[in-house]
Formats: sequence, structure tokens, C-alpha cells
Amino acid sequence: MRLLFERSVPGRRATLIPELDVPAVKFDESLLRATTPRLPELSEVDLSRHYTELARQTHGVNDGFYPLGSCTMKYNPHVNEEIAALPGFADIHPLQPVETTQGCLAVMWETQRDLQEILGMDAMTLQPAAGAHGEYTGLLLIRRYLRERKETGRTKIIVPDTAHGTNPASAVMAGFTVVSVASNAQGGVDLDALRAAVGPDTAGLMLTNPNTLGLFDPNIIELCRIVHEAGGLCYYDGANLNAIMGQARPGDMGFDCTHVNLHKTFSTPHGGGGPGSGPVGCKGFLAKYLPGPVVARQGDMYAFSQPEASMGRVRGFYGNFLVVVRALAYLKTLGAKGVSEASTNAVLNANYVLRRLQDSYFVPFGDSCMHEFVIDVGPLRDETGVSAMDVAKRLLDFGIHPPTMYFPLIVHEALMIEPTETEDKTTLDEFVTAMLQILDEAHEDGERLHGAPFTCAIGRPNEVEAARHPKLRHEFSGEGKVR
Amino acid sequence: MGSYVPNTEEQRAEMVAACGLSSVDELFAVIPPEARVKHLDLPAGLSEMEVRAQMQALADENVRFPSVFRGAGAYRHYVPAIVTSVTSKEEFVTAYTPYQAEISQGVLQSIFEYQTQICELTDMDSSNASVYDGATAAAEAVLMCKDRTRTGVVLSGTTNPQVITVVKTYCESRGVHVTVVPPAADLSTDTDALATATGNDTAAVYVQSPNYYGVIEDVETIVATTHDHGAKAVMGFNPIALGMLRTPGEMGVDIAVGEGQPLGLPLSFGGPYLGIMCARRELMRKLPGRMVGETTDATGNRCYVLTLQAREQHIRREKASSNICSNEALCAMTASVYLAAMGPSGIRQVAESSAAHAHYLAEQLADVPGFSLRSARPFFHEFLTECPTRADKLVSALAGRDILAGLPVDGGILWCCTEMNTRCQIDALVAALGEVSAR
Amino acid sequence: MAHVPEGLRYTTSHEWISEQGGTYTIGLTDYAQDALGDLVFVNLPQEGDRVTAGETLCDVESVKAVSDVFSPVTGTVSEVNEALADSPEMINETPYEAWIARIEGVSEVEDLLDAAAYVAFCEKE
Repeated sequence: MRLLFERSVPGRRATLIPELDVPAVKFDESLLRATTPRLPELSEVDLSRHYTELARQTHGVNDGFYPLGSCTMKYNPHVNEEIAALPGFADIHPLQPVETTQGCLAVMWETQRDLQEILGMDAMTLQPAAGAHGEYTGLLLIRRYLRERKETGRTKIIVPDTAHGTNPASAVMAGFTVVSVASNAQGGVDLDALRAAVGPDTAGLMLTNPNTLGLFDPNIIELCRIVHEAGGLCYYDGANLNAIMGQARPGDMGFDCTHVNLHKTFSTPHGGGGPGSGPVGCKGFLAKYLPGPVVARQGDMYAFSQPEASMGRVRGFYGNFLVVVRALAYLKTLGAKGVSEASTNAVLNANYVLRRLQDSYFVPFGDSCMHEFVIDVGPLRDETGVSAMDVAKRLLDFGIHPPTMYFPLIVHEALMIEPTETEDKTTLDEFVTAMLQILDEAHEDGERLHGAPFTCAIGRPNEVEAARHPKLRHEFSGEGKVR
Repeated sequence: MGSYVPNTEEQRAEMVAACGLSSVDELFAVIPPEARVKHLDLPAGLSEMEVRAQMQALADENVRFPSVFRGAGAYRHYVPAIVTSVTSKEEFVTAYTPYQAEISQGVLQSIFEYQTQICELTDMDSSNASVYDGATAAAEAVLMCKDRTRTGVVLSGTTNPQVITVVKTYCESRGVHVTVVPPAADLSTDTDALATATGNDTAAVYVQSPNYYGVIEDVETIVATTHDHGAKAVMGFNPIALGMLRTPGEMGVDIAVGEGQPLGLPLSFGGPYLGIMCARRELMRKLPGRMVGETTDATGNRCYVLTLQAREQHIRREKASSNICSNEALCAMTASVYLAAMGPSGIRQVAESSAAHAHYLAEQLADVPGFSLRSARPFFHEFLTECPTRADKLVSALAGRDILAGLPVDGGILWCCTEMNTRCQIDALVAALGEVSAR
Repeated sequence: MAHVPEGLRYTTSHEWISEQGGTYTIGLTDYAQDALGDLVFVNLPQEGDRVTAGETLCDVESVKAVSDVFSPVTGTVSEVNEALADSPEMINETPYEAWIARIEGVSEVEDLLDAAAYVAFCEKE
């Protein structure tokens, strides 16, 4: 595919804004840029064709099954896109007088209220722009709480060895050090290991439940109690909320603060890598440390207020508002019954696929799961040389996005499969058929699979070269910039 | 109640049987009774028609001003139709992060194009694929500069106050000390005070230009003193302004960050926006977040892939310098399409038009008693004036005439114009101000 | 079987060390580079860095992983191999020539293995 710069024809332009109706400004030369940026010069027809071509080489949820474990790639409803584009939301300046933005504040208030109910939390901020951003914010709540109580010796955050990489990274950004705690043979947190790890230097625990193996930890109440008794707080990573929303609440399990991923559980689209939204909820005692401003209700008017001991801000303005709009539309659509229907079907779908694959692939952690499960391609690799990577790449030829690869780290040749509730039995059966065919191919001609995929626009890219000699921008041949 | 679950009762029953269960409730038996939800206090679900009506009603409670003279970090610019239609394509909207390069060349190439365009606009060597917004970009940028001996950061007080707050929040948890140097009387950076505050424990010096008050800063002088102390110079820029003004690269800046919202993103009540980060070659590997690189596949086809991933959280975990995972990819694509639609002449035209309309307003206001300019320094498209009456009353009065006035700041008003403010609108504003302030 | 030259000393974390006139030179062994795969970047330490025996000297990156390089001595980094910044593959191609850092002012040295002992150790891994 040609780059925009390769389609560019000098002198080509569109007439997008009118000529000046006021005098031009003559700035001093010293203030002006010396060269013209080499941005592509294109007509609208060029752009239309360029992006049609790029879209053809992009695989969205609209294209097919996307069983990415931990990502919850559920269907993104179209009506939410239309609602987010309403001028009454899209064209509102964030610094308008609050009397003129009551609708926006109502959206924030209602979304928070619904999310707080689902999570079992008392207060919330919508500022974080993503899950990792939410984790950082939640950890800052813990940091502020401990500092106010002069417990500065509490410097350690405990994280299970199945944790997503953002967990330890967020802990370090929040000024803590990380203690990793082992999983037991059933895939849950080893209670003895946790008891040994807690102490007077424990700031808190970061946990997702169900965990990244798709298993609900039956000891969850005890886990949180152990940490509380040692004087730490408990943070819930909401990435896997799709398994339990409407069935169990982190606040009832013992968690003090939590984030949710609107772009996972609440159907807002992934956009190729964002924008997402990672609202953080907390119990009442932590509310005063939330980043400000927060939405408050005064009679039947909404307003902004500043939490009394706020951590400050974790971004400009109030959050990814148009993403929140989509989530609210989704919540209104689902209602109480729809929320638990979603998690029920998500868990049923995952269990169905597990059952149909467990006699062929190795599922290391039992014969049931929550909304996702992990297969270990290790034994297949030992037998045939075919790895998790090869299986994943071959799935691309079937038009199926591969499951999450090589995560969690405790399973070496992991493929993490999360169907979500927005897929039907037929699609799941097609996925199983493809997986079983790949298994046959592995036994018949494993060598060949190292070269998969075979029918995609490109083969496997040379990642070593890309990392050794990074080429992060297009280089123009010939002359430098034009004055 | 809707839920987007396609499985019918029949299909569900088949699946339950295939799992060897008697009912779906068994799937949740592992949840301890104390944690089991008895009743979720949420409204009942609604049909699509009802959801649309309720959300429309909420949107209708907001006031959408036809005439906007307020900026202060969020700017109303013209968004070409092609930008909206391209970025609404379902593939781009619903795609995951492009970890599987073979089926993601569309997304990867568009990020590569974005990275290139940002480098051209800023004259910097490398750009990442985006961070959350301009304020978090500023925080990540100053923290990039921290090392064993340099643990302080100096910010010019002419920076957007929200950016200052975000930088302080981020730095506090990393044990980095922040000094904010108050502005000079003419609303530019007090370069002497900035130089005094910079020492050999300073990791980075941050200046925004055009600054919060609209003033164009003398960035080159600041870069020189910063480098004299062995610190890094970080600049916050406005991408539209770079359509005509001197670039961070030209001025010797080490890391340049900016809020990309003006590049085709609607005002959106504050988000999603776009954090732009770019740096000199030597600092490329310290940039947080995702980056796309060009490479080839086994048959020699040119292709694109996420690269330098060993910097990121999913590999470095607690040793990563930043935890960022999801960023603002679709917003970066929006910026790329906008820049492609505008072209170099178009972006220059938007910059010139914004500046021209702002200067026209400033001239007209000079003739309205009580609205004198607070600074005589050159400005781009924003400027601070006095206000003869209570600023909030003025804003209300103008709101009654469908005009969103400038932002009340420090007892004055911070005005902003873009190419969307016609001469007609400006004349109407000036006339209204004359009437309203005369009372 | 990985190449293990006679004249060097080795650690159980797969670094090689040579010493001359009080200066210790450190690199990664052939066994290490083979296990790590194609190296894409070496995060070199800085001259003047103080290092402690048994602790991290620096790290090296492959496409999908990061690995620590440990210092077997306590001292100060006096020189780093700048060539590795542009050509990390030198460690894969010629591991015993592609030294990473030189350390001086050494006050403490860990127990080191000779070639035979290192070969035996690798066989057990």
C-alpha cells in the first residue's frame, strides 16, 4: 500500500476554509518557522481511496470473532456511535459555565451511579483515560490514605504472578515497590505465600478476580481479610469484570478501590488502541483523595466540586467524556437484567469452548472457567514443534483474530481465549473446528505451520530488524525541506 | 431489555447440556454467598428507540454556542467531513491494538503516517503513537528526563494550570520535586527567575508556547539556559500554531509535547483528546507508549509493526518507565487524516486565520473602554484583557446572546479566536460588549 | 554445545569476566546469547556508575523480553562498549569479543567458575 506521502502530488489541495475576511497578521520573521512541513498534498478523492485501502487491511470486531483473553472484545453497538456524535455532546466546550452543561454533568453522574452500583463502591472519578491510568489513580488513593495516617513505612504492593504487566508498572509509578506472590496449583493466590508476604511494610494488594487464567479465586474474601488485617488496602483490577458483573461486586469481596475498563466490559470500541476509559471507584473513606473536580448534585442542579484532600489531577478536564457517553447508552440498554445476562452468557460461551477443546488441547487449570480460559500449547510443541505463535498465526488464515498469546507468564505457551457474550454458538463451533483442523495440521506437517499465516496481505514481519534499526518515520528522498 | 446477546434459548440449552450442567447458575457456584449479588439497583433496560430518546434529551440540556471565543486548552476548529467519515469506518473503530501485524497493516500504517506527520510539523526526530492528552504528555516528558542525580523539574508559571497540576501529581509519586516560576508582569516567562531556579539537579525545564495567556515565548533563550545547566528542554506546543510559528526542533528543544485536540477532534466536553510526544533522536528509546516501525516480511514486502516493545509495561513490568498500554489511537488517526486533508498550505491557512481573527478582535476591543490588553507581547490566537465589570456577569450576559465569551482568568478575560470566528461574529461580540459593559 | 574459552572466568548468571591490571571486563557468554535469542538493544550502564557484586549492571533487550546482566564485582564502571549501542548483534555473533563494560576500583569479587566448572553448570541447566 502506498503511504500518504507517496500519493502526494505537489500543488494538490482542497478548499476547506474560507479566505480571510480580516487583515492578515504580519509576525516578525524570527517568530516564524523557517521551512514548510512536508505534509502530503492530496485531494479528497485521494484520501477516500487511501483510507478505503487501509480499512481493507484492518480487522475489526465487525470482521469476525475476536477471542482475545483479558481484552473483552465484545460487539460495539452502532447506536452508541451515533449518540456520541450528537452535537449536543460533541460540540460542548469543557470550560463552559456549568449551567450550560447540565446534560454532560448528568451523563457523568448517571454513569457513575450505575458503575458504583455494579462495583459496590461509594464514589468515583471518570478522569482516567485507560485501565492502566485507572490503576495508577487507584494506587495514588492508597498512597494518600497511608500518608495522611503517617504510615510511610508501607511501601510494598503485592501482586500475583499472573498479573497483567500494567499492575507492577503502575505500582512503581505510584512510588511503591512490588512483591510478587505465587499462585497455587489450582491457579489461585497461594494463601500461605500471601500470609508470608504481608507485614508492616504492606501498602496493599492488586488483584483481578477472576484472574488472568479465567479462574474465580474461592478464597477471595480471606485474601482481602489477610491484607486488611496486616494494615494494607485492596485494589481490584476490573479488567475481567465481564465475568461477574451483576453476579458479584468487588466492593462486597473486600476491595477498597477499583477501576473498570469501559472499552472492555462496557462495549466502547477499541479504536486500534484507544481511546478507552478507566473510571476508578472507591469506598467512602477514600473519596476525599480522588482527583478533582468531581460531579456533585446540589438540589436538582449538577456542579463540580473539589475533593477536600484531592491527589490533584491525573489528566486535563474530566475524562474521555464521549467514551463515557457510549458506556451510559450501553448501561441504559442493558439495565439490571441485561448486565447479568451479559456475564452469564460470557461465562457460558467460554465454558462451552473449553469443553469442546479440552480433549484435544491441554487446559492446565481444570474443566471449568469463568469468562476466559488458557490453553497450554507446550505439550503440542514438545510433540510436533508447533508453538502457540504458530497456532495463533494459522488462525489468521481462517479470518479469526488469534487469542491472547504468551500471557499470563506462568503458562509458557499460553493462548488465552475469551469469546464474550456477543458471539453465538455457530461462531463458537466454527472456532473450535478451525482449532481442531490446526491441531491435525500440526501432527501431519508441523514444520509448515512455522510459516503461517499463508493468506494474509503480509507474512510474519521481521521484528528483529525493526527493533535493531528502528525506522519510525518515512524518510523523503531527495532534498530537505522547502523554505 | 437489550444486551446484544445473539444466542437463543435453544442454543443456550444445547450449550448448557454440552457442558454437563443442569443450569447456568452452576457456573457461578464458586462465588462465596457473602459476595453474591442479590439485587442490582439499576433501572430496567430499554429499547434502542428509548435509549436514543433519553440520551438526546440529555444532549438537549446542554447549550451549544454558535459563537465561541473561549480556548484555554480546548479549541473549536473546523473539522473537514472526510475526517469524520474516515474515522467512523467500522474497521478502524472496532479494531484491537495491532499486535497481530499480518491483519493490522491498515492501523499500523496509519500510525506510521501520523508519526511522520508529527515529526514534520515539529521538526523533531521521532514521535510515539500517542498518550492520553497534552497534560499527561507533559508529565511523562519531564519524568523521562529524570536520572540518578537529576530529580527536580522546573515549570514556567505561564503553563496551563491543569498541566501544572497533572505534572505535580505525577512527579509527587515519583519523588521528583517541582518548582513553578511565576510569570513576568507581561505574562511571558520570567527567564531570569527560570534560570535561577535551574540547577545541576534539574532534570527538565518545561515551557509552553504559545503559553496559557496566548503569548509567544522566547523558547530559544530558555533552551540555551536549560542546556547550560545540563538539563533537558521540554516544550508544550499547539499543533495548529506550528502551521506558521517556529518549531520546537528549530529552537533546539529536546522533547516536544502537545495537545492534539485542535487537529480534527471535536471539543467533546474535554475528551477523548490526544497527547502528542516527540523527541530528539538520542531520546527516542526513552519515549513511553507504543511506536510503529517499518520493516519487511520474509518475501521482502514493506510492512509495519509495533516495535521497541521491550520498553513497555507488558515486557518490563515493574521496570517499565511508564505503565501506559491503551492510548488514543483513533484520535491519532483523526489527527493524521486532518493533517492529510489540510495539507501544508491548509494548516498554514488555519493558523493564519486563527491569528488574524484574534488580532482583529484585539484591535476592536482596544476601542471598547475597559478591555485593554494585559500584555504587549506578540500573541498567536489567544490574549488576556482587562474586564470593566464582573467577568462572570459579562459571560452570562453574552451567553444570553448565544455567545460563549472568553474565560475569566485573574480578574480579566482570556479571549480566543480561530478560523471559525467570522468577522461578522467578532463585530457582533464587540457591539454586545459595548452595550453590556456600559450598564 | 556452547563455546566456552579457557582463559576466562564465569558466573552462574552466564556472564564472562577477564581481569587485567585491576580492570575487570564483563560480557555475556555464548550460552547466554543463544538462550536470549536475537538481541535488539543493550541498555549500557554509564561511566561512573557504582555497581555491587551480585546486582544488576545493566539489561539487554530481545524483541519480546528484557534480561538483566549482573556484575560479579563491586566497583565503578570505567568504560562501556559504545559500539553495542548501534550493533547489539555483536553479542550474538562474537560474544567473547563484544564486551559490555569495564569496572575498576574493585573491592569485592564473587566466587567465579573456571571454564570446566561453567561447562558442568550449563550441562545441568
